[in-house]
Amino acid sequence: MIGDELADQLARALSDASDVATLRAAESGAFPQAAWDALDALGLGAALVPDARGGAGLGFAEIAPLLEALGRAGAPVPLAEGIGAAALLAAAGIDVPPGVLTFAAAGVPVPWGRHAAHVVVVDGARVALHAAASLRWREAMNIAREARDTPTMAAPIAEGTLPNAWGNDAARALTALLRSAQIAGALQGALALAVDHANTRKQFGRPIGRFQAVQQQLAVFAAETSAASVAAAAAARAADARGLADAAFEIGCAKVTAGEAAAKGAAIAHQVLAAMGITEEHALHHLTRRLWSWRDEGGSERFWSARIGALVQGAPCGATVQSTPGPLWTFLTSRDQEPAA
Amino acid sequence: MTGLRFDLRDPPHGAAALRAELRAFIAEHEHRWTPEVRARSWMGFDRDFTRAVGARGWIGMCWPKQYGGAERSFLERNIVLEELLAAGAPVGAHWIGDRQSGPLILRLGTDAQRAKFLPGIARGDLAFCIGLSEPDSGSDLASLRTRADRTDTGWLLNGRKIWTTFGHLCDWMIALVRTSPAPEGGSRHQGLSQVLVDLRAPGVTIRPIRDLVGEEGFNEITFDDVRLPPDALVGTEGAGWAQATSELAFERSGPDRYMSSHPLLEAGMAALRDDPATAPALGREVARLWTLRAMSTAIAGMLQDGADPVRQAALVKDLGNDFEQALPGAMRALRDVDDMPEPMRRMHAYLTQITPTFSLRGGTREIMRGIIARELGLR
Repeated sequence: MIGDELADQLARALSDASDVATLRAAESGAFPQAAWDALDALGLGAALVPDARGGAGLGFAEIAPLLEALGRAGAPVPLAEGIGAAALLAAAGIDVPPGVLTFAAAGVPVPWGRHAAHVVVVDGARVALHAAASLRWREAMNIAREARDTPTMAAPIAEGTLPNAWGNDAARALTALLRSAQIAGALQGALALAVDHANTRKQFGRPIGRFQAVQQQLAVFAAETSAASVAAAAAARAADARGLADAAFEIGCAKVTAGEAAAKGAAIAHQVLAAMGITEEHALHHLTRRLWSWRDEGGSERFWSARIGALVQGAPCGATVQSTPGPLWTFLTSRDQEPAA
Repeated sequence: MTGLRFDLRDPPHGAAALRAELRAFIAEHEHRWTPEVRARSWMGFDRDFTRAVGARGWIGMCWPKQYGGAERSFLERNIVLEELLAAGAPVGAHWIGDRQSGPLILRLGTDAQRAKFLPGIARGDLAFCIGLSEPDSGSDLASLRTRADRTDTGWLLNGRKIWTTFGHLCDWMIALVRTSPAPEGGSRHQGLSQVLVDLRAPGVTIRPIRDLVGEEGFNEITFDDVRLPPDALVGTEGAGWAQATSELAFERSGPDRYMSSHPLLEAGMAALRDDPATAPALGREVARLWTLRAMSTAIAGMLQDGADPVRQAALVKDLGNDFEQALPGAMRALRDVDDMPEPMRRMHAYLTQITPTFSLRGGTREIMRGIIARELGLR
């Protein structure tokens, strides 16, 4: 798959660009310019932009492994945001400017806003491109100490309208899709740290990973990690097949699954790494604080569960429990995307 | 950790049409199914229904036509399994033959064994069970003691199998037995073989065991000098352990590992349809179900491609069992039992008692997690 090869390239670049020193510097407020330059040179920012508009023309399913790679490294750069912002601009017929680019729904704090050259703000189906320097920013951070800044609005430098397939909640759905895949990646990274620790830390004369109680916890962690990854990939396929708006159900399912996995995985990682995992010195918290942050961005488990429940409850269906198929099964299977003959 | 990778696939061509066929078929039969039958899911045993399923070509549907199969894909078979489970159809009389015994005979059996058994399974005439656990061998299966000793006329079988689901209703068992002692200082996995046992043969005694619901679903089967013919052996003598474990991806990844409580969830969806306050809790269950279905379907696609996703299967079984086991509690949290519509209440009552088995049958939760831990490099 194209995505897998790119993900390998990206992983190599990330191993230099997001080491613990870079993460620590970024979290204390400095934009990691060298890391950004190295990653930007890969040209991934235009991954979702169609060929005709000068992009790579990839789909969501193809970039899911890239997003996982970014999550795995806790990459302290707005590359996922840039990919999303460029896709929104291209869909609204606006040329994609060079440099650091990010996006958010109107009224929602903008990821990396203070560091961006340009900001895409989405209000319903309206897409507005702003020069970041022309906005006044109220700076804040999420608990991963990633910039989440609120702008005071000014006149945009370009405006456009999203096609219907993007819906009127595109920024939230897009954020949920990106964060679901990033969470899957961050879980993979935290799992690898926890497994490595379990295999090297000795207590009672043997590595703690030899104890069944620890093995069973890490198995749960691995299962949740796989669930998050499959859910994100399946949602990405739905978004490719039907457009973002009509994939809201699948994106919501992915975000709920990833959010629950984030909580369980982070808790197990810290239990296994014990006090060492709590120290600033150890890399683990760079990933677990991102897990705790990202599960809230683009809609929490609570938000999407409510929306999914309402969708299923409201689905047209005359069936009752005594006849086949039931209302839920009818709905679920109606979402299957059979390939064109 | 490549053993934990999942490759997603599109549904097969004709999926919607196949679902429609199944739904029309189920609609002809479902008036006979009580809430308890639906709650029993694949632990419901109904030979007449199984024969009707077989007549439609939905048992052994991936097998060669020569042996009664339909030469359809794993992904199509997955649709059949899903639709039957979603309705809570009583599929127990063919479930094991279709899922495990038939595929084993097809893969490792002789032509004569294939011709003798597969068409009967596919018609729904031959019901199979699996003989693994023994009174002293559960999760530590390799410690089993049932023996088949070579004789001039075949094999002599002695020992005891337990917890064999529907042993008293089935025709044949494929049992894992010891055919030679484990080598001194060697692996206990050596010297085990799989044999076909006619459950009506002299020397076979079946004692049903009443379960906590008050039903006789499983039993203890004793073999006293049971004479087996030479062709009772399936596959290679002494390779039984590897043969039995190679079935596990087929046994553990299917929709029967997360849909056992599905009819109750449907009843809950219908009962709570007009209660918007329950939407978040229902939506959470739906999200989980959707993810499990994506994972399980991915494994069906990987099996179709000839891969061996045995570790992924253990992972999906573990996650799926957690989900199906928790559903009665999730429904009870949304509607007091006394306020549930009667069919829902009866399903809830049945499932409350039987869900503990979900993380026991087919390998316990602890064994599944041990398999995952091994893949992580911890064991």
